[in-house]
Amino acid sequence: MNAYQEKQLDALGDATRRAILGRLLKGPLPVGELARDFPISRPAISQHLRVLKDAHLVMDRAAGTRRVYALNPEAFDSLREFFDHVWTQALAAFKKKVEERRPKERR
Amino acid sequence: MTTMADQETDAPVRKTISVNASPERAFRVFTAEFDSWWPRSHHIGKAPMKRAIIEGAVGGRCYSEQTDGTDCDWGTVLVWEPPRRVVLAWQITDKWQYEPDLAKSSEVEIRFTPEPGGLTRVDLEHRHLHRHGAGAATVRTAIDSPGGWGSLLDLFRTYVEQSK
Repeated sequence: MNAYQEKQLDALGDATRRAILGRLLKGPLPVGELARDFPISRPAISQHLRVLKDAHLVMDRAAGTRRVYALNPEAFDSLREFFDHVWTQALAAFKKKVEERRPKERR
Repeated sequence: MTTMADQETDAPVRKTISVNASPERAFRVFTAEFDSWWPRSHHIGKAPMKRAIIEGAVGGRCYSEQTDGTDCDWGTVLVWEPPRRVVLAWQITDKWQYEPDLAKSSEVEIRFTPEPGGLTRVDLEHRHLHRHGAGAATVRTAIDSPGGWGSLLDLFRTYVEQSK
């Protein structure tokens, strides 16, 4: 497990942060609206969002004077990336082998 | 790498390469001579891998022989149409164990199509990644930390369902 994955696990080890992610599944939200849904202060929400952002689970963008948070789709996509990487490597090795000038035939 | 929020999370991995060989040779090297090119680092055994084998028939085993004398199954031949097409079940869980249940396995299809000049186009598609369930979520190395793994899996499922 790499440091990046560890961060994600840590980030998910908190009920409020999981609830925030659950809320963001319904769509992007500004901090203010997110804070209204939770019985904790806005700075506390911001702190949780910072942890989620550091773990690459959410991303934010500015919308006027507000910051809008959304799930980071890439966080939910890494198995695909992993296989992409595996097959790129494997097919390069395959191509090299199949194009060998004098292939050593196997029985 | 995708950034669209409404991307299809279960999109297959697709790769295409062109090789300077006939479909017959390409098919044979890919399957019967799998051991000659498959990266040695990619296996699920506890000991180092000695030999990687794809048995050439529908229902054939895909497995590796390890240096400690054990065999590690990792797949099954689902479609065997030499020299044009082969489909393998990818039966590896998120914990890097053999998955006997095909319904929880993904599939790899490889097609070999002749091209002008004696070349062969090789199209590979690794699909149904969502069937790995937990493995398809962010953290591939499953960890039963309280609140961590299960909740991420739930999020992932919801996410997949919503983005369909």
